[in-house]
Amino acid sequence: MREALTSNYAAAYAVKAADVDVIAVYPITPQTTIVEKLSEFVSSGELDAELIHTESEHSALSAVLGAAAAGARVFTATSSQGLALAYEVLHIASAMRMPIVMATPARALSAPINIHNDYSDVMNMRDTGWVIYIASSAQEVYDTVIQGYRVAEGVNLPVAVAYDGFLMSHTLEPVELNDEGEVAKFLPRAARPHVLDPRRPVTFGPLVSPDWYYEFKYQQVTAMNEAREWVVKTDVEYGQWFGRSYGLVEGYLLEDADYVVVTYGGAAYGNARAAADLARERGVAAGVLRIRLYRPFPTGEVVKALSGVKTFAVLDRAIMFGSPAEGPLYKDVVLAMYLHGVDKPSLNVIHGIGQRAMYVRDIYKVFQALREGPGRGVMYMGVRP
Amino acid sequence: MRFKTLRDLPREELFAPGHRMCAGCGAAIAMRWVTKVLGPNAIVANATGCVEVTTTPYPETAWMHPYIHVAFENAAAVASGIEAAVKALRRKGRWTAGDTKVVVIAGDGGTYDIGLQSLSGMLERRHDVLYILYDNEAYMNTGIQRSGSTPKFAWTTTTPVGAAARGKVQWKKDIMGIVMAHRVPYAATASISHVLDLANKVKTAAEVRGPTFLHIFAPCVPGWRYPENKTVEVARLAVETGYFPLYEWDHGKLRLNPPSNNHLDKSKRRPLREFLNVQGRFNHLTEEEVAELERELDSYWQYLSKLASISS
Repeated sequence: MREALTSNYAAAYAVKAADVDVIAVYPITPQTTIVEKLSEFVSSGELDAELIHTESEHSALSAVLGAAAAGARVFTATSSQGLALAYEVLHIASAMRMPIVMATPARALSAPINIHNDYSDVMNMRDTGWVIYIASSAQEVYDTVIQGYRVAEGVNLPVAVAYDGFLMSHTLEPVELNDEGEVAKFLPRAARPHVLDPRRPVTFGPLVSPDWYYEFKYQQVTAMNEAREWVVKTDVEYGQWFGRSYGLVEGYLLEDADYVVVTYGGAAYGNARAAADLARERGVAAGVLRIRLYRPFPTGEVVKALSGVKTFAVLDRAIMFGSPAEGPLYKDVVLAMYLHGVDKPSLNVIHGIGQRAMYVRDIYKVFQALREGPGRGVMYMGVRP
Repeated sequence: MRFKTLRDLPREELFAPGHRMCAGCGAAIAMRWVTKVLGPNAIVANATGCVEVTTTPYPETAWMHPYIHVAFENAAAVASGIEAAVKALRRKGRWTAGDTKVVVIAGDGGTYDIGLQSLSGMLERRHDVLYILYDNEAYMNTGIQRSGSTPKFAWTTTTPVGAAARGKVQWKKDIMGIVMAHRVPYAATASISHVLDLANKVKTAAEVRGPTFLHIFAPCVPGWRYPENKTVEVARLAVETGYFPLYEWDHGKLRLNPPSNNHLDKSKRRPLREFLNVQGRFNHLTEEEVAELERELDSYWQYLSKLASISS
């Protein structure tokens, strides 16, 4: 079935298809329409779930953590300040190995308060032990939320599905919806070894001394590596079942590209592809690399994609203040290259902050800059000096 | 069936020995009776605090119930999620453990202060959760810092006694009033010195559907500075001096329980100083300060008396 849906509604339809048991919600722009749609599904009886209207995002994530510990399939969603408020529980959810799925339409962080898009909220959670996808279309949001349950329940880690706030969360796109009976088969309810069950009592969340803490943390490192395999395997199987798969990274005109823009999310990827088309028309061998799986980072795929290019630029929509280069993805890409002994001149482009309009011509200029000189450093685009 | 004598109380122990609570810990006594009365079909969500750190030193645990600790301020939210999960899974035929009760255990810091918001949310949403507060009147786990529950003039490490300030400056918060304002079906106070009363209240609070609340008075040896063999005596004095009245808020009616039901008549209460004098945290009190505490206690009893008569 094909529907015109925003990415937020696509996430809600995926949650319905996954037959989630417990949803905890708290309103925040631009996430709110997900939980509004889910509330409609629950009210109409289309989705048999307990909906908890918590009094904060901290409590929403805490509530789904408790519900997951009791063996339920759970969902929550938040953005920006809400994600920042829940920051404490992000770490605990991954360390307690809870299979939570959360949608995160990305939004700028205060101050000054700005309800529009950038990725400063999502980038703040990048090292919290969650599997993090960044989707680039409403279809991919729908597919990734469903895949996310398989990954979360397979490796026992929480999964965040991020995408552009407003630019995607509130933009209609055609979305192919799966048969829900088929989704139920794709997401069987596996008995988890440890849940809160009075017949087999276990203690979750104990006090751990320096004698043990490191081992717990190292298990998370191992789990993240396993998560990468789960993401690959799930994506391939999803493709076999439903005819759509995405990989860990996606390339556009990469095969023979000399100059590549690396980016993430919907608007940046779309505009970068249009800019690459424009550059190609003018004889420049331009290409685009999109990062779909942000954590665990697809190091091998990124290095492979960029090894043959002359230079590349990483387009970031978040700022790490005071960092050697302020773009978070840039840091990951450069480190991935360095670890594989590949040293190439590259640029870090910061754009789209607080949803500053990113035009195709801006990214075309990035291709020009790459071509004109093997530049290094950070380029702030679209900002008034 | 109410417990009429100590012989009626459950024999089965569900709180294992070997935990790291202090000798004479009031909260430890509370945990033993609470877990016994709950019986095995319950899930415990614990806030960070004394009970949490002393009962779960990995790889050991004192809990024979399924137990979860997540953080300090969110035990009521975690319990809300567990209760919702049990409800949803039961409806979908996937909860097979029967009639499981979800219980929060939290100290006064995790209830009066940092956890107040999530407690309020849980009560307002009418989750079928029993919230048990063990009140030792300060942040004892981190080393005796004042909380919203610490009484006026009490010494703590963040309200030291000096020339400019003499212990805590503010009054103790009325947590029962806050809970009752959520129109919960059942809330009660209890003391570890009055075990039958406590056990019956745990039982009632666990049986009543909807959010219920139990405020258990749990003296603290190092924090209140009294000898470790005096815990029950200190708790008893708190009740008998009227400092900690025993009462139930039962479906909109306030009912004082023995011996507090006689304490509307001030002459039936032991002098407050008998409770104060056994604790080092009040050593510095002057006659005027004791008199101020007595006046405040009298006005609290007048409030309780009005509440009892309005609601009866």
